[in-house]
Amino acid sequence: MTVNLESKSPAGPIADKWDNYKANLKLVNPNNKRKFKVLIVGSGLAGASAAATMAELGYDVEVFTFHDSPRRAHSIAAQGGINAAKNYRGDGDSIYRLFYDTIKGGDFRSREANVYRLAQVSVNIIDQMVAQGVPFAREYGGLLDTRSFGGAQLQRTFYARGQTGQQLLLGAYQQLARQIGLGGVKLWNRVEMLDVVTVDGRAAGIVTRDLVTGEIRSHAGHAVVLATGGYGNVFFLSTNAMACNVTAAWRAHRKGAAFANPCYTQIHPTCIPQADDTQSKLTLMSESLRNDGRVWVPSAVGDERAAAQIPEGERDYYLERLYPSFGNLAPRDISSRAAKRAVDSGRGVGPLKNGVYLDFSDAINRLGKEVVKERYGNLFDMYERITGENPYDVPMRIYPASHYTMGGLWVDYELMTTVPGLYSAGEANFSDHGANRLGASALMQGLADGYFVLPYTIGNYLAPMLNQPIPGTDHPAFKAAEEEAGARFSRYLDNKGSRSPDWFHRELGKIIWTHCGMERTAEGLQTALSELPALYEEFQSDLKVTGDGQSINQTLEKAGRVDDFFQLGMLMCRDALERNESCGGHFRAEYQDEEGEAQRDDDNFAHVAAWEWTGDPMNAVRHQEELQYEVIHLAKRSYK
Amino acid sequence: MSHLENLTLTIWRQSGPDDAGHFERYRIESISDEASFLEMLDVLNERLIDEGKEAIVFDHDCREGICGTCSLMIDGQAHGPQRGTATCQLHMRKFKSGDEIIVEPWRATAFPIIKDLMVDRSPLDRIVEAGGFITAPTGGAPDANIIPVPKPVADAAMDAAECIGCGACVAACPNGAANLFTAAKVSHLNLLPQGQPERWSRVEAMVETMDEYFGSCTNHGECEAACPKSISIDVIALMHRDYRKAKFKNRKLISQI
Ligand SMILES: Cc1cc2nc3c(=O)[nH]c(=O)nc-3n(C[C@H](O)[C@H](O)[C@H](O)COP(=O)(O)OP(=O)(O)OC[C@H]3O[C@@H](n4cnc5c(N)ncnc54)[C@H](O)[C@@H]3O)c2cc1C
Ligand code: FES
Repeated sequence: MTVNLESKSPAGPIADKWDNYKANLKLVNPNNKRKFKVLIVGSGLAGASAAATMAELGYDVEVFTFHDSPRRAHSIAAQGGINAAKNYRGDGDSIYRLFYDTIKGGDFRSREANVYRLAQVSVNIIDQMVAQGVPFAREYGGLLDTRSFGGAQLQRTFYARGQTGQQLLLGAYQQLARQIGLGGVKLWNRVEMLDVVTVDGRAAGIVTRDLVTGEIRSHAGHAVVLATGGYGNVFFLSTNAMACNVTAAWRAHRKGAAFANPCYTQIHPTCIPQADDTQSKLTLMSESLRNDGRVWVPSAVGDERAAAQIPEGERDYYLERLYPSFGNLAPRDISSRAAKRAVDSGRGVGPLKNGVYLDFSDAINRLGKEVVKERYGNLFDMYERITGENPYDVPMRIYPASHYTMGGLWVDYELMTTVPGLYSAGEANFSDHGANRLGASALMQGLADGYFVLPYTIGNYLAPMLNQPIPGTDHPAFKAAEEEAGARFSRYLDNKGSRSPDWFHRELGKIIWTHCGMERTAEGLQTALSELPALYEEFQSDLKVTGDGQSINQTLEKAGRVDDFFQLGMLMCRDALERNESCGGHFRAEYQDEEGEAQRDDDNFAHVAAWEWTGDPMNAVRHQEELQYEVIHLAKRSYK
Repeated sequence: MSHLENLTLTIWRQSGPDDAGHFERYRIESISDEASFLEMLDVLNERLIDEGKEAIVFDHDCREGICGTCSLMIDGQAHGPQRGTATCQLHMRKFKSGDEIIVEPWRATAFPIIKDLMVDRSPLDRIVEAGGFITAPTGGAPDANIIPVPKPVADAAMDAAECIGCGACVAACPNGAANLFTAAKVSHLNLLPQGQPERWSRVEAMVETMDEYFGSCTNHGECEAACPKSISIDVIALMHRDYRKAKFKNRKLISQI
């Protein structure tokens, strides 16, 4: 198979590329749009916004989600905010600056043209969401309020209390609901996509499983969009919702879509540390807390005193010490590694010594408890419910956890994967964030993709297909995919081994976290690459799934998801092993400078690694898309 | 970290919508008080799978109290004993050794049981589809700061918009009414300047769709007590007021808006 990694970035100066593209794209006449069926998998910010907009334009849209309602997509859990280059504060923001910050935040490993477009449309997103009734935080004069987030020295982050993702998703969901009510969108809820079907090298549709009845069936369409979120749950413990999984993207990969930069995963610095071994997930404490919270550990190893008993002079505010200009707002990858080092040095806090403090006492003294409560009240309440400790009185304890995945399906400027007609949007694709995503930029990207990019670019693909017949679900390719999916699920049920899917997931997560987590080494990755295939073999021979395949069976669903996580896990480790440099979230211990900062190798690795499926993740083939920096100079990322 | 010992769980099991269903008792010898209620069920499910039995089906996802997926009646209370807390945020430290805990699905005519503790809440989506939105096609929006929204108005809209759509209000209501859910959405949108053009048609469509599926509100107030976001029943008054007014409006006259 050939893998074409042509980015299709339009010609012209960076600021004109998107306009140039739009000026030249092929259009579909409004009356012809209903002749095109677009299948959208995922109802998060990316999927819901794309579906609502395309239905409004007149396309025949179908939306698939394994959730019971589109409103439950994982986007709902985003807390902190969404970036936009509005410059409402007059603090020097601009499209260029947001573009630059995003490229720099991503450690110079993203595609300039895509990121510039993202910064351009960020402005429209806020307008759009306000028009839809998103109750963003406001100043007393009635204008929109903003705050700062990691990796930026400006206040460009819009927010709705600590529930920005919820409010944005409800906005997009309401637009989608309107279209469902009007008949413009058909919704398939509690339905999981299991495979992509291609005919003559083009995406022809998908195969799904109804989670309630177990029915496996096909859906044909002119184009398919995967807006299915990230794969952070490969670590087992992560801040992602329990059901987040890689199946849609992985199955697309197996059907020819290149998978880009799987080793770029983000470990978020501020999560509540694991409390015991029943722990099923980790909870994020929004990065916005770092605006007012100060991170510290005791200066001395083995200091057992309670936080309040440790005098100022015996505390190490290590972020402020190491990164004076960004301080507690240093980017995520940097803050996470610094926390890991503090804990590894024996200065961890809490009963299991597995955290660092995030302390609000200064903020409470300076601003008063009421102001702190107004800003972070719901986060403080959540912290107290989970830990039983009151953060107004004692500092929070935090530790890094898997949070976001920059890697994903490779897409070109049009967000098309290497399979024509198959698109990917939101966290599921690899675009825009390079090797590290800045806070408040995922929501921006999901909505940019769905509202302002896909509706244009898909039209460009569909226009020439007008009145041409497409393969129906009776095509042998659909039948074959249905049979393959059915056989796979029967296998899980018939296996009769001794271990549950969750058991395997936990063990898988431990290997990935240990060897492909915050710090990686060639040796560790090699260990992982010998342990993973062995554990995967055990999974195949010793898996135990109880219940049946004809009614809802969450154990069976989990089995399918864990199967795909295993395969992805192997690819992640291979990708991390091949990338002989440190950049952003990918930190290889062998490649660091005297101060322990990531050392990139621009001569050899200023490229995207896009993997081609060959039948076994251990033998996937690595391809490269060279990154062309026309506007920005590659520089060492410094937040000092 | 300490442990709770000897818990007895009485859990509703029902193999499908047509099954009559029954309670089954399970013993939990020991569980960490740091575990969440759902993590305790995870542990139980792992044990059931080990014994070759089918795991208990229950809805959950974010486990952060925001997605609205979790939905358990615990000792007869929607989301259990802790006020303003969704099931997934309830932790075992709220219980004590030796407790007997009864776990049931949401019970409401509008929410048929799918299996065990999982119900179908899609009628809530039907209400939103009927009018719970502002018609704002992509691309035509004016600058976000063109209409200032006074902070108290934005805050009040946000208070209502916090609803997570879990359906606890319906489950807690003796009549199975969805007034708190519907009113929260009506209030969120009807309070904002952007929501004014569709204010009256929205409330009519949503209330009438709600009435098709759900029981009627007789002001018990159980919904507010059960709401994991503590949304106030004041929103119901606002919805009723708007609904009544909507019936008398001549929507062709701008002066009546
Ligand atoms: C706790 C937390 C807080 C965050 N806070 C912020 C923040 O403050 N700011 C920010 O910018 N970003 C934040 N993020 C990141 C951001 O929320 C996500 O990256 C973003 O919401 C992803 O949106 P999405 O539309 O791509 O996918 P999702 O919202 O994850 O939606 C995925 C959709 O795909 C469906 N799906 C997936 N697979 C299948 C399948 N096989 N079949 C059928 N349906 C499928 C799901 O049902 C769902 O509808 C946060 C993330 C977490 C975990
Ligand atoms: S699981 Fe999301 S609110 Fe409880």
